[in-house]
Amino acid sequence: MAQVSAAPTVEAGNRGALRGFFRELTRSKTGFAGFIIVTLIVGMSALAPIFIDSKMPTDLDAIWGPPRAGHWLGTDMAGKDTLKQIVLGGQTVVFVGFLAAAITTVIAVVVGSLAAYIRGRFDSFMLQLTDIVMTVPQIVLLAVLGAFFSLDSPIYLALIIGCLTWPVLMRSIRAQALSLKEREFVEAAKLLDLGTTRVVFGEIVPNMASYILINFIIAVTNAIYALVGLYVLGLAPLAGANWGIMINNAWIGGAMFLPAAMPYILAPIAMIALLQLGLIMLTRSLEEILNPRLRDK
Amino acid sequence: MTDTVVHEDPEPGKDRPAPLITLRGVSQTFKSKKGSLKAVDDVDLSVGPGEVLCLVGESGCGKTTTARMAAGLARPSGGTVEYEGRDIWSMSKQEFAAYRKSVQYVHQDPYASLNPIRDIHRTLVTPLRKHGMAKGRKDGWDQSAKLLEQVDLTPAESYLPKFPHQLSGGQRQRVAVARALSLNPKLIIADESTSMLDVSIRIGMLNMLGKLRDDLGVGFLFITHDLAIAKYFGWHGRIAVMYLGRVVEFGPTPQVINDPQHPYTKALLDAVPEPDPDLTRTKKAGGGLRSSEIPSLADLPTGCSFHPRCPLHEADTCDVLRPELEAVSADRKVSCHVVGRASPLHVPAPRTGGNGE
Amino acid sequence: MPTTDPPKTDGPILSVRDLHVAYKTGDGKTVEAVRGVDFDLYPNQSLALVGESGCGKTTLGLGLLRLLPKLGSVPKGSITFNGRDGSSVDVLALRKQELRKWRWRDAAMVFQGAMNSFNPVLRIIDQMGDTIRAHPDGGRKPSKKEIWERSAELLRSVRLEPNRVLPSYPHELSGGMRQRVLIAMSLLLDPKLLILDEPTTALDILTQRAIVDVLHELRAERKFAMVFISHDLAIAAELADRVATMYAGKIIEAGTARDIFYGPRHPYTVGLIKAVPPVVGDLPELASIPGAPPSLSNLPSGCSFAPRCEFAEDRCTERDPELDAITERSAGTTHAAACLRWEDVTYERKVVERV
Repeated sequence: MAQVSAAPTVEAGNRGALRGFFRELTRSKTGFAGFIIVTLIVGMSALAPIFIDSKMPTDLDAIWGPPRAGHWLGTDMAGKDTLKQIVLGGQTVVFVGFLAAAITTVIAVVVGSLAAYIRGRFDSFMLQLTDIVMTVPQIVLLAVLGAFFSLDSPIYLALIIGCLTWPVLMRSIRAQALSLKEREFVEAAKLLDLGTTRVVFGEIVPNMASYILINFIIAVTNAIYALVGLYVLGLAPLAGANWGIMINNAWIGGAMFLPAAMPYILAPIAMIALLQLGLIMLTRSLEEILNPRLRDK
Repeated sequence: MTDTVVHEDPEPGKDRPAPLITLRGVSQTFKSKKGSLKAVDDVDLSVGPGEVLCLVGESGCGKTTTARMAAGLARPSGGTVEYEGRDIWSMSKQEFAAYRKSVQYVHQDPYASLNPIRDIHRTLVTPLRKHGMAKGRKDGWDQSAKLLEQVDLTPAESYLPKFPHQLSGGQRQRVAVARALSLNPKLIIADESTSMLDVSIRIGMLNMLGKLRDDLGVGFLFITHDLAIAKYFGWHGRIAVMYLGRVVEFGPTPQVINDPQHPYTKALLDAVPEPDPDLTRTKKAGGGLRSSEIPSLADLPTGCSFHPRCPLHEADTCDVLRPELEAVSADRKVSCHVVGRASPLHVPAPRTGGNGE
Repeated sequence: MPTTDPPKTDGPILSVRDLHVAYKTGDGKTVEAVRGVDFDLYPNQSLALVGESGCGKTTLGLGLLRLLPKLGSVPKGSITFNGRDGSSVDVLALRKQELRKWRWRDAAMVFQGAMNSFNPVLRIIDQMGDTIRAHPDGGRKPSKKEIWERSAELLRSVRLEPNRVLPSYPHELSGGMRQRVLIAMSLLLDPKLLILDEPTTALDILTQRAIVDVLHELRAERKFAMVFISHDLAIAAELADRVATMYAGKIIEAGTARDIFYGPRHPYTVGLIKAVPPVVGDLPELASIPGAPPSLSNLPSGCSFAPRCEFAEDRCTERDPELDAITERSAGTTHAAACLRWEDVTYERKVVERV
């Protein structure tokens, strides 16, 4: 795979392509707005722990406090600042969302493209496996897993979500790979005896790159929903503070009956919705940019 | 079914080098909803180093399927494909790898045969590196450049960093040939490789392929629907005319083109327009055929599959008995009852023994 | 076989003067794909437009019937059609409704790639019926029976079996049959001008022959004038009385089929003919034209063929030559070449090996 190009001009070409990509991205207003939203939220979540101390003192005088100076979004049931929690609480959501999506996408791409290329027993086995995985009720499985293992690390959550959601994408990757496999340049690579790995991951998969990228982003949105769902239902350990846990806390703490606590409920929901909206806007314009028919004019 | 038949060497007489690729009684049956289709039926062919064998016929005649079997891209449902005398489907892994490298295929569509996301240098250097033929970057670059020079894409340095979409159809097709040459093949199977190119570019390409044949001694299995192209490229070679999965006429190109024997070959040649206004208007309407509709492979006529269209058709013979491909002279074969009967070799059926091997 | 030169007492049926066709490109620029074309087409003549891809021949054909895509326009020039009743029509000034009428009644086009011209979910009889109903004869609605009979008659004229073809869907017909249905449909209102874009491309030899035969027959019977666009010079030799070679959006040589095939005088035409292999006879020497056609957005100065031309001199890059008459004849059959050195250009087919 590691094929280093000898020609400096080639890298220049790639850089040019990247610049062209950004030009295209800025051309579509929706896509660019989505890109900005996603970048801001991801940036905020990644950098917040450096600037904000996550250990906030409990302030019993400020339980369910309304928005006021110093606490722009009010305080929670322990008198902690809501705004700080919002800024800090994106980390787990974003991290699990992207990691789970990465796991889903990697499994789907590897298995889907190999199954399409090799066919035969491997293919039918994998198809059977997807049927099984797809029929497993995820929430129930998570409840069971949660009962046996402590799922306190976000990595475990990402692994579980990732391992449960790959079959749908795998099927569509497989379908794409099946049609690409018949393309003449793939046959040419086969005739040059380049080997299965290189033909699949060097010829077929790169030609699905845009499709994979778009589906990766869609997988991020799905993983975020799955994760938030787990927290809201209380199936994941409620340690620390993140948007999902905040919603759960609001629910448990009866925040909906307190007008002063509204920001505490609405803020995490708004953040999740905003992130999802940004991601979807981004895929919309990525589709436009990466669709070869539109790209080639 | 073909297993029981003993096939003669496809090539009677003549001192030829040992063939690289030999198809013996090769058949290919495709299953479809409407039953099975015999796309290729009992074809015997061989190509030696530096030789040209043109396979001509209309679409659906089985020429591409035959070529794909010769290239090992499809496994015949009957008969054997041999490379240097060994059945490719019972070869050891190493033997098959050697065959793979020696027999390359050039596709028809220059817009589909190159990976759109690879630049030309990577397209060419990948096989070189994979098979340990290029050592290091510099060597890979130089060898890729050399390959482009062999296909007359010069200056090579300016083409290497380009991507397929930056090249014209003719240039892409040359890159496809360069890629096929990267493993020093002994045989190139060209499947309608020039048919999508403009006239002038097509001739340039054919002249380049001819140079490879003469300079490098590469053999060609050249598939085309265009008899004029077959004549030009395969003048010193042989031509096999296929109709509905079978070879109906076979012989040295100049003889087949200028003195066709089989009524189908005659019809094809009568139908081809000539770039000569006076000559072309002497051609027969309809190519002299009784019907212009080609029968479906799923529902082949009985006897000779050409009989419903054939101007020489004889009732009770042609529609009953399937003619075999038989020698009509020292180096020509025809599959036709009527023409075969007139041949001096007709009785007894010829059996050529020791071929020049 | 119908051969050439009908008596020319009538005026031209189609007069094209200084026609330019431009396309808008992605980055807001315009590119001229046809750059000043003049010709007269007389009744019952058949003119072939030949050249490599990108020379502007298809654009010219589309422009003649104002079938250009949205990004195309005609910035300059005139197209005059002289109808059977002696009326003359300024094609570029026609309004939408008039244009639609004119297109089927007086001039029709048969496109390349017959499959795309059909609606895949309609049977042939329905498609032909729609066209017949859209152009009612004397304002009366035709009955089902009339439509069937009309369609059947047209199909028989292209040697198709109506009872087999009419109830079929497009995909049930072979490529050659579809192409013939299209030709039949274009003849519905008996137009006097038929434009065919690559009518035989991608068809098998015997199918191609069937189309060529049908066109010969129809032309002898119905006496329409024909412009056909082809990259295949052999087809041009077969079907055309007159041939015009196009290069970079201009006609660079025009004449009778014999002029072009036996005595071409433009180095580009010579190059094209030298690249076409004949089928029967000896093995000729064939050569390709070096280089590639220029980009229309960046044409060389002077003669646009000069950079590829073995005859090019300094003056060729200074002046873009106009068509210069070589042999003057009537009815648009003058042999002319746009080359400063046409007198030095000769063509002779060299034989490499005899049979």
